[in-house]
Amino acid sequence: MGLKSLQARQSELSDTDRQLEILSNGIFADGQLPKFTKQIGGPLKPNKLEILQINMGYMCNQVCAHCHVDAGPDRKEIMTQKTLELCLDVCDNYDIGTLDLTGGAPEMNPHFRWFVEQARSKVNDLIVRSNLTILTANKTFSELPEFFAQHKVHVVSSLPFYRRNKTDRQRGNGVFDKSVKALQILNNLGYGQADTGLQLDLVYNPAGAFLPADQKELEADFKKALLDDFGIVFNQLFAITNLPISRFLDYLIATDNYEDYMRELVSAYNPTALENVMCTNTLSVGWDGSLYDCDFNQMLQMKIDHPVGHIGDYSSAINDRNIRVSQHCYGCTAGAGSSCQGALT
Amino acid sequence: MEKTYYKPEDLKKFGDITQWNEDLGTKFFDYYNAVFESGALSAREKSLIALAVAHVVQCPYCIDAYTQDGLKRGIEKEEMMEAVHVGAAIKSGAALVHGVQMMNVHDKLSM
Repeated sequence: MGLKSLQARQSELSDTDRQLEILSNGIFADGQLPKFTKQIGGPLKPNKLEILQINMGYMCNQVCAHCHVDAGPDRKEIMTQKTLELCLDVCDNYDIGTLDLTGGAPEMNPHFRWFVEQARSKVNDLIVRSNLTILTANKTFSELPEFFAQHKVHVVSSLPFYRRNKTDRQRGNGVFDKSVKALQILNNLGYGQADTGLQLDLVYNPAGAFLPADQKELEADFKKALLDDFGIVFNQLFAITNLPISRFLDYLIATDNYEDYMRELVSAYNPTALENVMCTNTLSVGWDGSLYDCDFNQMLQMKIDHPVGHIGDYSSAINDRNIRVSQHCYGCTAGAGSSCQGALT
Repeated sequence: MEKTYYKPEDLKKFGDITQWNEDLGTKFFDYYNAVFESGALSAREKSLIALAVAHVVQCPYCIDAYTQDGLKRGIEKEEMMEAVHVGAAIKSGAALVHGVQMMNVHDKLSM
């Protein structure tokens, strides 16, 4: 595909202030569409913290067209072992049910295996968001599927579609075949199979400027096609809406789809989804330990609205805050809603 | 008067039809929504049929709506085009089969 990160391209959108400016001006400034704060009618507050989502770094072996992280091989931001230790301290001192490891490709963090070994017994569920191709990239990573199984890691894998052309168009040539190979390896270890306790979920996100269809219908299509064509099984499909930030925002603007997409998100606003948005039970930790309401806010550098801004200073007092929002939040409240765990309603 | 007969933004106002006759409008949309639920045919198959019919009746709103619906359902562009050809084939066939009527009239009247 030859795509580079916004940062490598020195795009104006690599400046997060510019992204926020675009999201607040135009159709949201002239009254055509209501700003998100007006739409929800009051402050959004967190509930009990259940999920600590740790972004282990922006480095990735892929450069996907829609990536909200602007991840890629050129990104050098990596979480240090010291910061990872601070995350472990929070797990020791607070009731954190789920650790959710993301990136970039979290597996590319040099402390990844050490961290999983240390963290596993501290939480009920340890999720690794894997792009799949990293598992077949080279010898360094090819042992990871067995490592995952050994530690009962919950694998959540991106697979934009069950056919080659759409997947490769979004994630790069050859990605689909490598992803299928990695899924077959995981299946052979018991992932996605009944009664193994090895959970394998897939993430679908639309390959273009439209919202996902019904999650259950898509899941049925994925299950049938992957089983018929490749003998692959998995547990759940999460249908995720592309949020209008970073590279997807760049795509929307470049293809003259931005305003129509925002209108679609706003017209599909669902108050029921708002009640369950992930920022109400998740805290996002940036590669440098900074705290955010969600991974998307992290990529817009919108730190939490609280004096405690770093994982090293974490206390349950930070639950008493207002969640920071902007117009990108319409992506989580459109239709059936969207989160890192898929639809919300 | 409007400068064009069709405006893309009017598609989103389809539901407003109910404002001038709530009873009939509601009955229509209840029926419409029930038709497109999964049944003996999947919602995906119904979406492709709707796309083909949209072309046959040349409804720009419907073409827009069911192309987007197909994209959301992961329907491939090759499937969409084949569906359009099915509609086009039936429509052109419907025109052409009237040629038999023409032949009948011609032969009856000709020496």
